[in-house]
Amino acid sequence: MTQPNRLDDGGVLIDRSHKIKFFFDGKPYNGHPGDTLASALLANGVKLVNRSYKYHRPRGIVSSGPEEPNALVNLGSDATHEPNIRMTQIELHDGLDATSQNRFPNLDADIGVLNAAASRLYPAGFYYKTFIHPRHAWKYLFEPVIRRIAGLGKAPTHPDNSQYEHTYAFCDVLIAGGGVAGLVAAKAASEAGARVILAEQTERLGGRLLVDDDAEIDGKPARVWLEETIAALEAMDNVTIRLRTCCSAAYDHNYCLLYERSGDRGEAAQVRHRLWRVRTARVIAATGMIERPIAFHYNDVPGVMLASAVRDYVKLWGVSPGEKTVVYTTNDDGYRTALALHEAGRTVRAILDSRKDPSGPLVEKARAAGLEIRPNTGIGKAKAKRNKLEQIETVNFDKPEAPGKTMYCDCVAMSNGWSPVIHLYSHSGGKALWDEDAVMYRPDPANPPRGKDAEAMVFVAGSANGELTTDAVVAQAAEIASEALSQLGMKTSAVAPSVTAVTETTTVPVWCTPSPGKAGLGGKHFLDYQNDVTVADVALAAREGYESVEHAKRYTTLGMATDQGKLSNINGHAILGKTLGKTMAEVGTTTFRPPFTPISFGSIAGRETGNLFKPVRQTAMHDWHAAHGADWEPVGDWRRPYRYQRGDEDRDTSIHRECLRVRNSVGILDASTLGKIIVKGPDAPKFLDMMYTNMMSSLKPGKCRYGLMNNENGFLMDDGVVVRLDEETFLCHTTSGGADRIHAWFEEWLQTEWFDFKVYVANVTEQYSQIAVAGPKGLELLGSLDSDIDFAAVPFMGMAEGTVEGCPVRAFRISFTGELSYEFAVPVSFGLALWEKLHAKAEALGGGVYGTEAQHILRAEKGFVVIGDETDGTVTAHDVGMSWAVSKKKEDFIGKRAMERSDLTRPDRKQLVGLLTEDPNEVLPDGAHGVENGKAIGHVTSTYFSPTLKRSIAMALINGGRARFGEVIQISTAKKKTIRAVICDPVFYDKKGERQDV
Amino acid sequence: MAAKRKPRYSIFSLARNSMSHHQGWEKAWRSPDPKPEYDVVIVGAGGHGLATAYYLAKNHGITNIAVVEKGWLGGGNTGRNTTIIRSNYLQDSSAALFELSRSLFETLSQELNYNIMFSPRGVLMLAQTEHEKRAWQRTHHATRLNNIYTEWADTKRVKEICPIINTDPGARFPVLGGLWQPRGGTARHDAVAWGYARAADDLGVDVIQNCEVLGIDREGGKVTGVQTTRGAIKCGKLGIVVAGNTTRLTDMAGFRMPLESVPLQALVSEPIKPCLDIVVMANTVHGYMSQSDKGELVIGGGTDGYNAYTQRGSFQHVEETVTALVETFPIISRLRMLRQWGGIVDITGDRSPIISKTPVDGVFVNCGWGTGGFKATCGSGHCFAATIAKGEPDAVAAPFSLDRFSEGRMIDESVAAAVAH
Amino acid sequence: MLLIDCPCCGVSGEETEFAAGGEAHIVRAGPGSSDADFASYLFDRKNPRGVHFERWRHAFGCGKWFHMVRSTQTLEVFGVYKADVTSPPQDILDRVEAARAEGRVK
Repeated sequence: MTQPNRLDDGGVLIDRSHKIKFFFDGKPYNGHPGDTLASALLANGVKLVNRSYKYHRPRGIVSSGPEEPNALVNLGSDATHEPNIRMTQIELHDGLDATSQNRFPNLDADIGVLNAAASRLYPAGFYYKTFIHPRHAWKYLFEPVIRRIAGLGKAPTHPDNSQYEHTYAFCDVLIAGGGVAGLVAAKAASEAGARVILAEQTERLGGRLLVDDDAEIDGKPARVWLEETIAALEAMDNVTIRLRTCCSAAYDHNYCLLYERSGDRGEAAQVRHRLWRVRTARVIAATGMIERPIAFHYNDVPGVMLASAVRDYVKLWGVSPGEKTVVYTTNDDGYRTALALHEAGRTVRAILDSRKDPSGPLVEKARAAGLEIRPNTGIGKAKAKRNKLEQIETVNFDKPEAPGKTMYCDCVAMSNGWSPVIHLYSHSGGKALWDEDAVMYRPDPANPPRGKDAEAMVFVAGSANGELTTDAVVAQAAEIASEALSQLGMKTSAVAPSVTAVTETTTVPVWCTPSPGKAGLGGKHFLDYQNDVTVADVALAAREGYESVEHAKRYTTLGMATDQGKLSNINGHAILGKTLGKTMAEVGTTTFRPPFTPISFGSIAGRETGNLFKPVRQTAMHDWHAAHGADWEPVGDWRRPYRYQRGDEDRDTSIHRECLRVRNSVGILDASTLGKIIVKGPDAPKFLDMMYTNMMSSLKPGKCRYGLMNNENGFLMDDGVVVRLDEETFLCHTTSGGADRIHAWFEEWLQTEWFDFKVYVANVTEQYSQIAVAGPKGLELLGSLDSDIDFAAVPFMGMAEGTVEGCPVRAFRISFTGELSYEFAVPVSFGLALWEKLHAKAEALGGGVYGTEAQHILRAEKGFVVIGDETDGTVTAHDVGMSWAVSKKKEDFIGKRAMERSDLTRPDRKQLVGLLTEDPNEVLPDGAHGVENGKAIGHVTSTYFSPTLKRSIAMALINGGRARFGEVIQISTAKKKTIRAVICDPVFYDKKGERQDV
Repeated sequence: MAAKRKPRYSIFSLARNSMSHHQGWEKAWRSPDPKPEYDVVIVGAGGHGLATAYYLAKNHGITNIAVVEKGWLGGGNTGRNTTIIRSNYLQDSSAALFELSRSLFETLSQELNYNIMFSPRGVLMLAQTEHEKRAWQRTHHATRLNNIYTEWADTKRVKEICPIINTDPGARFPVLGGLWQPRGGTARHDAVAWGYARAADDLGVDVIQNCEVLGIDREGGKVTGVQTTRGAIKCGKLGIVVAGNTTRLTDMAGFRMPLESVPLQALVSEPIKPCLDIVVMANTVHGYMSQSDKGELVIGGGTDGYNAYTQRGSFQHVEETVTALVETFPIISRLRMLRQWGGIVDITGDRSPIISKTPVDGVFVNCGWGTGGFKATCGSGHCFAATIAKGEPDAVAAPFSLDRFSEGRMIDESVAAAVAH
Repeated sequence: MLLIDCPCCGVSGEETEFAAGGEAHIVRAGPGSSDADFASYLFDRKNPRGVHFERWRHAFGCGKWFHMVRSTQTLEVFGVYKADVTSPPQDILDRVEAARAEGRVK
């Protein structure tokens, strides 16, 4: 396993003393620590790594960084399977197992390539023009095929068992990017005393200084300055450097996301990805530039690469992607690649330069090295053999019709100038300006993203701001850092380093290279490699009227691939402009959306999965319930025992036992989840009169009253028993799900409308456990307790305070079952003790626990409503037959005015009634509707088999129902059949309410 | 200038054009200059506005129409939504509107001669609490009576329909079943706008892009025209169909609306091979997801709690939604978020839309679609066109009139679900 | 994610610590009001694309309601003030005017 393309020398990142074995498509290869999967495969001479999305064309590695459009692989398997990972961002590790994607049966012999043969039939947007007839063919024929062909990597099949975590951090200056500009900015900020976080997406600091060391900084070789600067920063207490950490997004008010790939290197990592949420005063985006490719016919064959990437592989990893390379450039920087290859001993077949008269130090250096330079020349077309680049044909820009020169080569290094990475500037609204001279979008300093105080939040440093040479990068970074710092009232003592750099001349971009010979149509000049978008596609979009940059993008899918157009957008927009006769500025650009590069869903969820997904609120008796067969039901954030299961009995068996227990002996229920809100103050009676539909000010201390609450729209929103503890103190019970909402509701009115009221409100839901004791043997049970309360003397809707079995309690004589019933409220720390005591006593009397479903049945037998079942946000107190609870005396209360509106006083509104099926054993389905003449006349709100009455019962909201008692109606059920039921009073059991009063 | 009828799209025209390397295709729509006067001006060339113009021309014979758009057609919420189409609504009035729309979607590709890729792959609304289960069952009965086919799926059936859902009974919110509408699905959102634009243009409608309305001219309580960045345009009737920006227009017309504009978040994953063939909505945990034909998981997030016109995403909703979906679909944990964005939706007091006459004679509004407007595109355009043409709402539109707010005649869909749409 | 300063407890916190409460300074219409006035109180909102006077509650903090003045266009915050007033303080109105003069907000 030799590495044929590994150079004998060089490669500042790799450790040649160690070898790493890895697999690609099952085949073993060797690499070195420090390699990426991309560099290691290139070292091994592997050129073909993927198939394209639409035409299944063979594709190779194009870049060396996060902009890579082609080289995506599947990693791992089962629980570690992960699709679409860029080879250029995978640090090589022992045993790494990558497989290519989007091919069948394998990369070399992919049958999808048949697609390409007919590619003429599918230009941009072809699918909008066809697959229209016959109608059903889209769903059953065309779409399934398209779906299978589309998509990239394999979908995972197993749950992920890795750990992810969230971290919060705060700083004065967040620096995105650890290249020279980031380091200069970090130095300035740290010396000004700012808290600095420096995030670098790769595993190394230094950026392009590691590759291009032709500058001198502070009189030292760039490499030496770099080492000294890093050491100095690492020694600063106020600087945190995070490697493998990408600043993914800069949201409003400078809330930034850092995505740290802390455990992606094969070893068993504690945390795979860490998501940092950083609130920073200022961001300095030193995010560099990305080189642009050049469109020419078949510019996608494996071996055609970005010039800067070729140089990266040579210098960083000691790999030459090719034996013979043609450099195709529109600027001076391409010459650096030629020189690097030449110095590494590889052949540079020629340098093709779009410019008529290339000059400058780099050009001269190449000339001096004897490299062939062809000005005013480009690559007209490339040709592949066995899925690899074999030759190119040149084209003269002045005479494109003339045949070009054929050059055999296995690598093309292309450079079409650079695009600054301004994503972070744009995420929260910063604008970009097209700079025609520099041929790039630069951040518009007049329109930065603005923060809470309208301050500029993001500053862009170095090449991300469009600076091309090291001296300009350093000077600008120092200046922008001191500007950002001065906004924070800080001043740096750092002096901007002095730099001697090689000067460069201007770029003359080539948006589409003409093909030599007869100007042909149907060329495959690729713009977006991953989505197979060509120059012809963009031109077609423009011709068809998809003229706006967003239309062209969506019509052709330009820039919509997983690289989000990092390589393709500018070239594509230029083609659009050319076709429409517009300038780049007129064409405009699409919006940069977060994240900069994709981030894992696992990291977004963090630890909040499984048991930590929305943690369960627990009552004091929660564990007791669990130990006694609780079959849980989620209620708000709580879980309540729906029933207590014995053995493996079915639900009905448990529930009916629990119901009959309450009717015949005694049951206890954990009612702790009920909301409990204290309302206190001289104006508390007045306030509650506004909040409830009924009168609360007339309630006597020591008494309870059932209350209804409206929203301002006149509909019921909550209910519960209000207890007047003393003249100025009320305890308001709410539904289990409503406690926080009602507490907030009270506070809202008190703080924003009636702020002159002297009232305090406190939510004490979690401070008290609440236990209901209900049933004919209730008094017997209570009598057996060690207590100073004379329970028999407490009247219905009365209250007593005292101790029970040593627990301080409030006992409310209230009933939601229709039976004699008390509810005990005890401080939560006594809850379990009292519960266990009551349970033992209940069991001794032949009773026991009951769950929420039994409670629901018991109350339905009594015709008591449940907010959320009988009501749904469109139901009034009158609708549910509780006009008695709506005060006529009060001048005002919440929802009073609303209830006077025409639709709320209609006589034919749905009204709450009971339903008795003609067949007593037939239980109506939940939510079934009554029908008359084919139209719905209302729906079932609650429906049960009543174990007490030994028949089915239901409550329903029926149009004008209260005037229809005794009528038989049809209830339509799902199975196209109807059930006959008679409308009746919704109180099915103990209509006179004798049982609760004893 | 009347448009000439365009050649039809088909596999044959595609093959013919491939011979000339696709040099011969005509423009999908013209780029006309505004005329001085139209019978009807529609403000807003989103899906709803273009559909309105199309049905005005096709069903009501009114072809002297301009659709004016401040940006590019389909560039607002039409191009930003998560493309879900369903009609499993509880209230009769909603069911009528959304089912009309869904049924128009079924044949829209053929009607417009533009493949809008309606894919009735099915929509499943999960029930994860007893309360939610009862609510969906009630909806199921209601839809059935409204002749909308739905099924109640128990947990086992849910797993059959969608194997990647976590149906562990011990889950934090166990799946108790779901409401399944097999004829719901998705469509290609851009194509809906483009298809309507092309077809409307074919019927003579002027779609005028980059034309922002700056003022609404009135005389004696009646609309007479609009002032735009491309000059004054007179009109007899004016339809306002501008989603999140409705109140900016109605302010110009001098009346207030029961609306608030808030950003709504959405995101997509990187594309992967098919793993989710249906649309799943999980309202208890707040997340919904489908997979596009391209392979991306398309995920809808929540709305910001505050008014804003910033068309961009904030992270907390992404976090809430993705966390919920990782819990619901554990296999997605290692997939990655590719892109997030936001759109501005306007939300009414009862979270149902407004299709209505207004206090200004000749001005009609179509707005308040909140988070669920895409699925209504066809139905909305259909009944809004009828409303404009007749000057009175048709039967489908009538319940959605503005006066419902003073009458208390709410159309509240949130009764069936934690999330209204 | 907005950064919000609570004028009641002085804490500067994440938006998720707070709950938005809609337009501020709406006058309640109760019994005796006309249908139109009542509907307007309950539903009509200014909904400006620009300066918005709004209510917030420090829901996961001190629990207090307060007012904030914010641009719905740029999310710039012009100031916060307590809930128990019926109109905004002059210094905040001045800041809004200054921002308008600079063209930052409508």
